[in-house]
Amino acid sequence: MTAQLVVFYLLGAATVLSSLGVVLTRNVVHAAFMLLVALLAVAGIFLVAVAEFLALAQILIYGGAVTVVVLFAIMLTRTDDQPRADHSQRLLAMLAAIGVFGLLVVAFVVSDVASLESATGVATDSETGFENLALGLFTDWAIPFEMVSLVLLVALIGAIMLARNVEGGE
Amino acid sequence: MLELVHFQVLSAALFSIGIFGVLARRSAVLVLISIEIMLTAVNVNLVGIAAFSDQAAGVRVFGQILVVFIITIAAAEIGLALAIVLRVFRNRGSANVDELNVMKW
Repeated sequence: MTAQLVVFYLLGAATVLSSLGVVLTRNVVHAAFMLLVALLAVAGIFLVAVAEFLALAQILIYGGAVTVVVLFAIMLTRTDDQPRADHSQRLLAMLAAIGVFGLLVVAFVVSDVASLESATGVATDSETGFENLALGLFTDWAIPFEMVSLVLLVALIGAIMLARNVEGGE
Repeated sequence: MLELVHFQVLSAALFSIGIFGVLARRSAVLVLISIEIMLTAVNVNLVGIAAFSDQAAGVRVFGQILVVFIITIAAAEIGLALAIVLRVFRNRGSANVDELNVMKW
């Protein structure tokens, strides 16, 4: 139990620090790589919460696909002059973020969702393993699953249509 | 002892970091990265609640299935949004959100 908590704190600190790095660094490429670190640490947190499939999906989709796409976008939208990275409304944004954080923490502590359930702590065996997830995904949630695959297909075809160079082709 | 409130506080921290990024950044790509951080915060919250919920009712698996859908939609969103940013950059020579003010009244 204590080891679980220590691992959670380490991964949580890595997540929060690298996310802060993403929003505070001046270098755009550094921001993309720190996003990769943050998302991989979140995959570790999924493992602590016994969500093995989600941890694998997080590593494959975010570590593999999303970071590469973001890096390509940064490369293609680069301008020679590096202007300041932030608005002038930076202080206001910081106040808004701190306000939302305080509100959310107060809401979570006051609502105390954990006491409503028959919470017995995080499962240690394969109660939430691949088998149950697949069973739920392809029985009760089969139609939403097919819909979301269609959404993904349409979005990616739309992205290709938008990004290709019309003047050069055709 | 690991408790649900740990996951919730981590989720709140990630969400507010994302809000700061969306409001403060000028580059559209960085704004989109911050939106990804906010979506990840929601995923952490869902996975945490799923891990602590009643496994007999099958609620635990439902929480994880919702996260599968969110990850898929997030992937579609970032692909499409980056294509739009690329097109805007080609047409206007800038991908900074405060310079895209043609529709400002």
